[in-house]
Amino acid sequence: MSDTPEQTDAPAPAVLELSRIAKAFGAVVALTNGTLRLERGSIHALVGENGAGKSTLVKIVAGLYQRDAGEFTLDGASVDFTSTAQAKDAGIAVIYQEPTLFPDLSVTENIFMGRQPRGALGVIDRRAMKAEALALFERLGVRIDPDRPTLGLSIADQQILEIAKAISLDAKVLIMDEPTAALSGVEVERLFAVARGLRDEGRAILFISHRFDEVFALCDTVTVMRDGAYISTSPISDTTVPEIVRQMVGRDVTTLFPKTEVPIGDVVLEVRGLTQPGVFSDVSFVARSGEIVALAGLVGAGRSEIARAVFGVDPYASGTVTVDGRPIAKRSPSAAMVAGIALVPEDRRQQGLVLDSSVARNATLAIRRTLARLGLITNAAENGSARIWASRLEVKTAALDTEVGTLSGGNQQKVVLAKWLATDPKVLFVDEPTRGIDVGTKAEVHRLLSELAGQGLAIVMISSELPEVLGMADRVLVVHEGRITADIPRAEATAESVMFAATHAEGEAA
Amino acid sequence: MTADIQHAPATRSYRDYAQPAWRRLLFTREAAIIALLAIVYVVAAVSVRNFAAPITITYLLLDVATILLIALPMTLIIITGEIDLSVASVVGLSSVTLGTLHQAGMPIEAAGAVAILVGAVAGAVNGFFITVVGLPSLAVTIGTLALFRGLAVGLLGTTAVTDFTEFWTDLAKSKIPGTPIPSVMVLFVVLAIVFAVLLHLTPFGRGVYAIGLASEAARFSGVRVERTKFILFVLSGAVSALAGIYYTLRFGSARGDNATGLELSVIAAVLLGGVSIFGGRGNILGVIAGVLLIGILGSALRLANVTSDVINIITGALLVASVVSTSVLAWIHRKRIGAGIKKGPPAPAQD
Repeated sequence: MSDTPEQTDAPAPAVLELSRIAKAFGAVVALTNGTLRLERGSIHALVGENGAGKSTLVKIVAGLYQRDAGEFTLDGASVDFTSTAQAKDAGIAVIYQEPTLFPDLSVTENIFMGRQPRGALGVIDRRAMKAEALALFERLGVRIDPDRPTLGLSIADQQILEIAKAISLDAKVLIMDEPTAALSGVEVERLFAVARGLRDEGRAILFISHRFDEVFALCDTVTVMRDGAYISTSPISDTTVPEIVRQMVGRDVTTLFPKTEVPIGDVVLEVRGLTQPGVFSDVSFVARSGEIVALAGLVGAGRSEIARAVFGVDPYASGTVTVDGRPIAKRSPSAAMVAGIALVPEDRRQQGLVLDSSVARNATLAIRRTLARLGLITNAAENGSARIWASRLEVKTAALDTEVGTLSGGNQQKVVLAKWLATDPKVLFVDEPTRGIDVGTKAEVHRLLSELAGQGLAIVMISSELPEVLGMADRVLVVHEGRITADIPRAEATAESVMFAATHAEGEAA
Repeated sequence: MTADIQHAPATRSYRDYAQPAWRRLLFTREAAIIALLAIVYVVAAVSVRNFAAPITITYLLLDVATILLIALPMTLIIITGEIDLSVASVVGLSSVTLGTLHQAGMPIEAAGAVAILVGAVAGAVNGFFITVVGLPSLAVTIGTLALFRGLAVGLLGTTAVTDFTEFWTDLAKSKIPGTPIPSVMVLFVVLAIVFAVLLHLTPFGRGVYAIGLASEAARFSGVRVERTKFILFVLSGAVSALAGIYYTLRFGSARGDNATGLELSVIAAVLLGGVSIFGGRGNILGVIAGVLLIGILGSALRLANVTSDVINIITGALLVASVVSTSVLAWIHRKRIGAGIKKGPPAPAQD
């Protein structure tokens, strides 16, 4: 594996070249070696795990971020974008997963926003504008009414609109950031047809996707990134899915997050046929006492949505949730809590904590009813309980009335854990429990989860970090597009097997 | 971390409060409003003729009683981040209900009970649109402000019912024997204690604050956000109706346009009393002080022959100043926390 892209046999001129781009946000290094070479008339895939640095790289190309180091050339000339407008003027267009358009304006107005053709007296020449829009759509081979408002257009049509906009600007480089995530099969086909047409016109296209079948169906070249660094670039015909997966995850994951072996007990939580149309379908799994079950999969696969539905925060159309053999009748967080389910949510700052409130109030918010005596709750009772839990979890805070928003991320997460452990749950859902917290606290959280399992708690852990999943989980359930597609026991769980299942639906052609 | 999380002994010690009690109690908005209230009272008593007379206190309290009552549930509603603009119209609706039923021969007790029920239903209508349909309370209660007022005026036209039993109209104006304090203050104190306990000493009240500060986090913690708000709007309707009964009996007149515009006085007083319009902050004591401050200021200025335009300007300026001061205090607070993170332990939380 070389550090720089291999030169292909027929070297086409590179339109965009990135070499050893680095970018850090404070102490967090997002990119150490962003290297990419886009050629005219070629569709290039960029793949990598969540957090591999793909988005950061794209944002640097789009002018949203400025690089700290490295070389960035466009048509051989070094460029230095300080705004997205500069990138646009230079011929770079980014098509996002969910485009942002003006919903009340017409399709035509959206395409020509800010650069409408002018007629006599500087008035917008609507006829010329419409004619140009129609010509663009014809070139793309799509049919969209140029006069209709964009409100109500499908995501696929909105993307086509963005592409039309890019072409009208004569973009040389089109970047598509997971464009197919929200598209149906037919729409994907149409998008691919458009993309191939653009390639044949000589434009360079960067296609970011988690779906290998699409990468192999559409792209000519593939670049793999991992941990903020370039790994390899190869012609699509020279590589295979297992090879790409191996490169994406290839790191040492042996002893980072050990879960201690504890006897696994009876089934505590049983989820049967949980379905919410468009979000997840027919989700069934069990979690046993002493067991850590990981829900692995890609961001957007529906893992958090499943956890939230089980906890009763989000609705579900059908299915049952049973704790200790008793089904939960009412779909509400309070009913789930009474049954013994706790959820440490994904978004700590919005969902996990009342940031402007004190440590004590946060740590007792979920048990405020049980803390009350004769219906009354006092500061003393809250402080008493908060003191015990803060101490057990070693929360670092000046005092119990300190606003929780002033604590560090790791200590905030401990307060969320304290809040839920205080409810004495039987099942604990933790959604990205170590996201955004420092390494030391991360290890503490892992040890804590392991100990809680040892005491008989059933834990369901959602994590996008493969090492965390492999180190902590007794069983890995892989969620792919709202369905559980694999149930892998600890012994068989490897980075490759989990990653493969996360990117392939069962029975889907690779 | 210890081996047994559930039964580990405490290994760290934590102070309950980052600051000594006197600092926590004195450096608050509520303390500032109470201090201002005391200053205004003393200055008025010394400099305005007749202000210190017992009869002034009696009338002052009779006047502000309606606002005091309605301000109680309003405080809780604004702390959840919502607002109820229909309260004065509920006063009118309650007044008309009482008057019409009494005129038809129903005793005051029964007619009053029906009026309170009507108020609760009016609050439930607000609550339904806000929590079940999911519309913003500002829009819903602007609508019901007009709707309930329209119903009230429509029911009784431009006439007034004035033939109330003397026992009740006398009671509304009566004083606690041996004091200049109106009897209605007993009702108010009882309700104030009920609302203060509800807000400050119950799990329900903890939920109210959590909703106002971070409604999503509250929901994820098992707080029944919609139910809590619904209950508060029903309470607001019922208490407004009760205030409407008092208002009617005190002036001996049931009219559809009773207390028109009073909602703004109530909200102004609640905000002056330290409740944040963004929700999550404030307490009952501060609100009571805020209502009394506006009442005393108005009363003293009237006695000093200041015209009502000027009184409005002064109370308005006071309200703007208090709202601005909150933002300034919050800004200073953020600055201090920002500095604290750089320097070491974070600055203690303080309002």
